[in-house]
Amino acid sequence: MLAETGIPTKENLASIMPPDERLAQGPVAIAECFQNIPCDPCYHSCKQGAIQEFQDINDRPQIDFNKCNGCGSCMSRCPGLAIFVVDATYGDNEALVKIPYEFLPIPEVGEIVTAINRAGQPVADAKIIKVQNTKVQDRTAIIWLAVPKEYMMEVRHFKVKEVR
Amino acid sequence: MRQIEIAIVGGGPAGLAAALNASKLGARVILIDRNDYLGGQLIKQTHRFFGSKQQRASERGIDIALELAREVMSNEHIEVLTKATALGYYEDGVLLVEQAGKIIAIKPERVIIATGGAEKTLLFPNNDLPGVYGAGAVQTLVNVYGVKPGQRVLMVGAGNIGVIVSYQLLQAGVEVAAIIEAAPRIGAYWVHAAKVVRAGVPIYTRHTILRAIGEREVKGAVIAQLDENWQPIPGTERELAVDVICLSVGLTPLTELLWQAGCQMTFVPELGGNVPLRNEQLETSVPGIYVAGDVGGIEEASAAMMEGALAGLNAAASLGYTCDTLIDDRQNVLQQLAGLRSGPVGEKIRKGLAQCSL
Repeated sequence: MLAETGIPTKENLASIMPPDERLAQGPVAIAECFQNIPCDPCYHSCKQGAIQEFQDINDRPQIDFNKCNGCGSCMSRCPGLAIFVVDATYGDNEALVKIPYEFLPIPEVGEIVTAINRAGQPVADAKIIKVQNTKVQDRTAIIWLAVPKEYMMEVRHFKVKEVR
Repeated sequence: MRQIEIAIVGGGPAGLAAALNASKLGARVILIDRNDYLGGQLIKQTHRFFGSKQQRASERGIDIALELAREVMSNEHIEVLTKATALGYYEDGVLLVEQAGKIIAIKPERVIIATGGAEKTLLFPNNDLPGVYGAGAVQTLVNVYGVKPGQRVLMVGAGNIGVIVSYQLLQAGVEVAAIIEAAPRIGAYWVHAAKVVRAGVPIYTRHTILRAIGEREVKGAVIAQLDENWQPIPGTERELAVDVICLSVGLTPLTELLWQAGCQMTFVPELGGNVPLRNEQLETSVPGIYVAGDVGGIEEASAAMMEGALAGLNAAASLGYTCDTLIDDRQNVLQQLAGLRSGPVGEKIRKGLAQCSL
C-alpha cells in the first residue's frame, strides 16, 4: 500500500478519479493527494472555485469536476507535485497528460520522452506538446505530454531520452 | 559588557521570526548565529513548503530565508552577529559569544533560545568510512555548495528529510539506489514519497542497513529486511553498489544552553529527546528564557517560524512593549500553530507537547 511503497493503490486512485462522462468533456485536474496533511495552497490557487474550501487545513482536496476547466493553476502550487491534468479528448488515440516537473533539462516541444508510471517504470513513448514555465510557476514547470490513450491514467512522470 | 533587551541565539526560521516580531513591538534585539549567513536550514530547502497561505505555504525555503534575512538585516532594532558562537549562559545572566576570536559578554534582559536540532546517527559496521554522511551534510553540499557527494546514494530513513533530500539529489543529477526505512510505514508525507518513487527510487520499509562495504571509502552497503521485532531476517541480505550512504534517522534538540541555564528539562521521545518545560508563552522554568523552534521539540520550519513569532512577541511584551493588535497577533499565531498540529500527522507532536508544559 501507499504508506509502505509510496505507490498509490487502485483503490486510492478509484476514490479520486473523475467520472468517464467528465473525462469525455475535456481537460480536468486530478489531485493524487491521499493523506490528511496540513496543507491548502491548491484551494487558494483555484480561480474556478473548483477545489472546495477546506473546513480544516488537514482536509484533502475535493475537486468539483464540473467547475474544473483543467487550467492547471493548482499544479504548480502543490508542494507535493500531486496534481495532474488529463485531457482524454486530445486525440483519437492519444490523450494529454500535464505533469509538474522540476528536473533539468526541461524538454523541448516536439521531443520524444519516455513516459513513466507511478512505480517509476517506463510504459510508453510520449511527445512533448507544450512547456509552461512562467515566473508565476516559480520553477515548477508544467509539461504537456501526448501519450497513448490507454496509458493516460498511468503516466505521471517522464524521463528525457538523453541529456543534450 | 553589552546590555541588550533581547538576545536571540540561532538565526534559523525560529530566530528570524522571533527577532522580527520582538522588534516590531519596539524591543532592541541582538541575533546571534554561528554561520556566516542567516536562515539556518531554510537556505538548503529548495522544495515548496506545506501549510497554509499565512504560513507561506507553497513558497520555497530558500526564498523565505532570503526574504526574512533581508528584513532582519535592514531592521534598525536588530543587531546581527554572524560567525558568532554562543559559548555559554552563566548564572549571573551573562551570555558569552565568540566572534572572530574575540569573546563578547552580553547581558540580555530576555533570551530566546532558537538553536534548532542536531542530526542523529546510526550504529553499523564501517559507519566511519568516508562516504557516510548525515542528510544535512548532503543537502549542504548539493544545495549550498553545488557539490555532488557521489554518484549513487543509499538513503537511510524515509521521513520527510530523507525523502526530500533524495528528491534534491535526483534534481542534482545524483542517482539514488533506494530509500530504506526500518519502520513499517513511510514517515514522510506520501506525496513526497510518491514523487521520488515515480522518479525511479524504490522505498523499502521494514529494512535496515547491516554494514557499509569498503576499505578506504564507501563502495557499497548491505541491507536486510526486518521482522516484526525489528530484527534482520536471515537470507534477506542484499548488497547495493553505492558510494554514499546518507543517514536521515531523525533529529534531536540542541539544548546545551538550556541545560547550562538550569532550565527544567524532560525526555520526550516524540519530540526527539530532552526538551525544556515551557509555558504557553514559550517561557522556560527560568524566567526570561524563552524557546522557539526545534530546540523545544523537533517539528518543521513552519511551526518553528510561528513559535519564533510567539516567543518574540511574548519576550518583548514582558518588557512592557505593546501594540494595538498584540492580543490578536498572539491569538492568531496560536490558532495557526494549533491548526498545523491538528491533523493525524500532528498527533505525535501533540502527544509530545502535552508532556512538557509548565
